[in-house]
Amino acid sequence: MWTVVAGHLGLTEPSVPLLRDHIVWQLRLPRALGAAVVGAGLAVTGAVMQTVTRNSLADPYLLGVSSGAALGAVGVIVLGLAHGVAALTAGAFLGALLAFGVVVALAGGSSPTRVVLAGVAIGQLCAAVTSFVVIWAAEPHATQSITFWLSGSLARVDWTALAWASATLAATLGVVLLKARALNAFAFGEEAAASLGVDVGRVRWLLLVTTALLTAVLVAISGAIGFVGLIIPHAVRFLTGPDHRRVLPVVALAGAIFLVWVDTAARTVFEPRELPVGVLTAILGVPAFAFLLRRGGTR
Amino acid sequence: MLDIDDVSWSAGATRILYEVTAAVPRGSLVGLLGPNGSGKTTLVRAVAGLLRPARGRVTLGEDDVAQQPRAVIARRIALLAQHADTDLDLTVTDVVLLGRFPHRRSRWSDGSDDHEIVERALRRVDLDGLAHRKWQTLSGGERQRAQLARALAQEPELLLLDEPTNHLDIGHQLQLLSLVRRSGVTTLAALHDLNLATMFCDSVVVLDQGRVVAAGEPAKVLTPALLSDVYGVNAEILDHDGRPVIVYRRPPA
Repeated sequence: MWTVVAGHLGLTEPSVPLLRDHIVWQLRLPRALGAAVVGAGLAVTGAVMQTVTRNSLADPYLLGVSSGAALGAVGVIVLGLAHGVAALTAGAFLGALLAFGVVVALAGGSSPTRVVLAGVAIGQLCAAVTSFVVIWAAEPHATQSITFWLSGSLARVDWTALAWASATLAATLGVVLLKARALNAFAFGEEAAASLGVDVGRVRWLLLVTTALLTAVLVAISGAIGFVGLIIPHAVRFLTGPDHRRVLPVVALAGAIFLVWVDTAARTVFEPRELPVGVLTAILGVPAFAFLLRRGGTR
Repeated sequence: MLDIDDVSWSAGATRILYEVTAAVPRGSLVGLLGPNGSGKTTLVRAVAGLLRPARGRVTLGEDDVAQQPRAVIARRIALLAQHADTDLDLTVTDVVLLGRFPHRRSRWSDGSDDHEIVERALRRVDLDGLAHRKWQTLSGGERQRAQLARALAQEPELLLLDEPTNHLDIGHQLQLLSLVRRSGVTTLAALHDLNLATMFCDSVVVLDQGRVVAAGEPAKVLTPALLSDVYGVNAEILDHDGRPVIVYRRPPA
């Protein structure tokens, strides 16, 4: 593998058969890097959402943002508006924002439990509408992609998609790290944060829109992969303590490593068949979810 | 030092505050009294700059609070709420360090004197032995003292208390208010317990249905007639070494 990479970087003369070269350079490498970017992005988004909504069960998947993004992306495909990552991302972004807006409106900023209830309901609704749209369109291409959008897979990541996702991830990381101390001030709720001098409305809007945008890009390239954003932040806080200046960088790193690892497992465990990676993260994530729920995480 | 001048505020069509005028002189502890729903919490929030009065203004020193940026208000006014809780695994020091947030000079690192100020704040509320304890393991009284230390770490000109003793037993109520008194910071405190008010406040302001119905020294303001009008209770005021003590009569069954 290293020979292929070195060859492409112009370090050595290409010396590997073309097929193997193609597999490594066009399939394996973007996929592994994609897993890292998607894992890091989902985990950071989960960590930020958990703090801003004051709910330890928040993650882009549970709050319906991923499903909304998937619906937006499928909508773009079915309506035949355009192809390519940019159009998919635009559709996914609209879907993500719309879903999240409805969730926030339904929950009315009240109890953290209602945020999750609203998120689950909207997530289900988006998934149902996605199925409906796909069946109604009866387009083979769209039907084929429904599994992809709803359960998540990294098989389609190419270099263009990777570039988009990496750039969005880098920008989002920059924004959330600048707001790391403000996030710490949310520990005792919004009113307490405001009385400590945080412009709560502006910070919350900034963080939620940035993370919704990141979620949209991630869903556009990988579908809705659940539970990464839920498990990783909790595992990391267990190690680093609650200070976001430490939590956020470690969460990004841990999310990246976790998803590369899980995607490799999804690809190889049942060889030659491949599991959608979202199925595997759900299998790992649901017990973690149950554990948090039992520990009184919805308080 | 704090002047509340003709402040009105409504939630939709419901009037919560109506032409409220009151003052808190420098160094004093002023009690804000009144039954549930009389507008105490709303007034505290207006003073804290958390809501903007529809009419009138709140001035601290020379400055209109509503015109100041959030970060500036937070360096001058600290708020201690009824009840604070978190799911996060914070230590007492982490909690008190939050009080340094408005004074941050860097977006990333803590200030060099922050830890010293935090230690001093903990000593001022007699919590210096618990600096490394986890929030989740604290009793209700310790939690409120930790929040008071956080408020003092903000180094505020004005301390706002919103019924801070609601969830505490009598020993911890007395302890918390004497710590507030001992801090020497100018304080406006919404209180439920009238005997605590007569014990700790230099003066009181009584709200009823969003209006100020009486203000001044506790001994002069808290009369049987006022308590009957405002709280609908039948009470007798006893004199205990010059301090009024309120004794309630049981309502007829």
